[in-house]
Amino acid sequence: MPYSPLMVKPMREELASAGFTELMTAADVERFLGDKSGTAFLIVNSVCGCAAGMARPGARLALQGGPRPDRLGTVFAGQDLEATARARAYFADIPPSSPSMALFKDGALVWFLPRHRIEGRDALAVAADLRAAFAEQCAAAVVPVTG
Amino acid sequence: MRTFAAHQAKHAFHGITVVVETDGAELYVGRCDDIDERGVHLRDADLHDRANPALSRREFLASARAVGVWPNLKRVTVPAGRVRSVERLVAVAEKPS
Repeated sequence: MPYSPLMVKPMREELASAGFTELMTAADVERFLGDKSGTAFLIVNSVCGCAAGMARPGARLALQGGPRPDRLGTVFAGQDLEATARARAYFADIPPSSPSMALFKDGALVWFLPRHRIEGRDALAVAADLRAAFAEQCAAAVVPVTG
Repeated sequence: MRTFAAHQAKHAFHGITVVVETDGAELYVGRCDDIDERGVHLRDADLHDRANPALSRREFLASARAVGVWPNLKRVTVPAGRVRSVERLVAVAEKPS
């Protein structure tokens, strides 16, 4: 049963204001993850304050400098049920958890952060994990210049 | 439509994914809702049963540490008398195998 839209509004806005596209339908997810080009970062947002309370600020911090994904999207577990189910189909071998985070490169899942690796950590620690993943997967390729 | 639950009264492990060792063949991994005199209350848990293992205990825990567990048990209470230990999943991960 979904939570009150009023209650989750600030949790949605915390990511939307950082540049995340809210994916509220299966079609939204298909447009976002169906695009196989470049890197795409998806957050499965959650009401749970125990973990999501650090996941969202961690993601915002990680995006404040350094390499970053080409596209940012989010689905809201327990709220946008159809969109969340469609997003999870893109990493169907991984048990569902929320909040969780997935990074795709050229359409392939290259990094995943499940809920239990967010729980009990602070935003800086979550951001550090994300920055490391972005540095590895999203840094622009260096093309050697020959004279 | 749901509203926020009062979490303040719950155990410090509330919301944390834990490993519950029992005095028998079963080991549970799941999100702790609360711990009280009745036992450990888990949500979205899975069970490893030494008596009927599809995976070894080490394999089960390694998979849980990497990606979590499938929520085969939406809610389960491990009776207090059967609980041998409760640890955070990530803490178990940090132990040498």
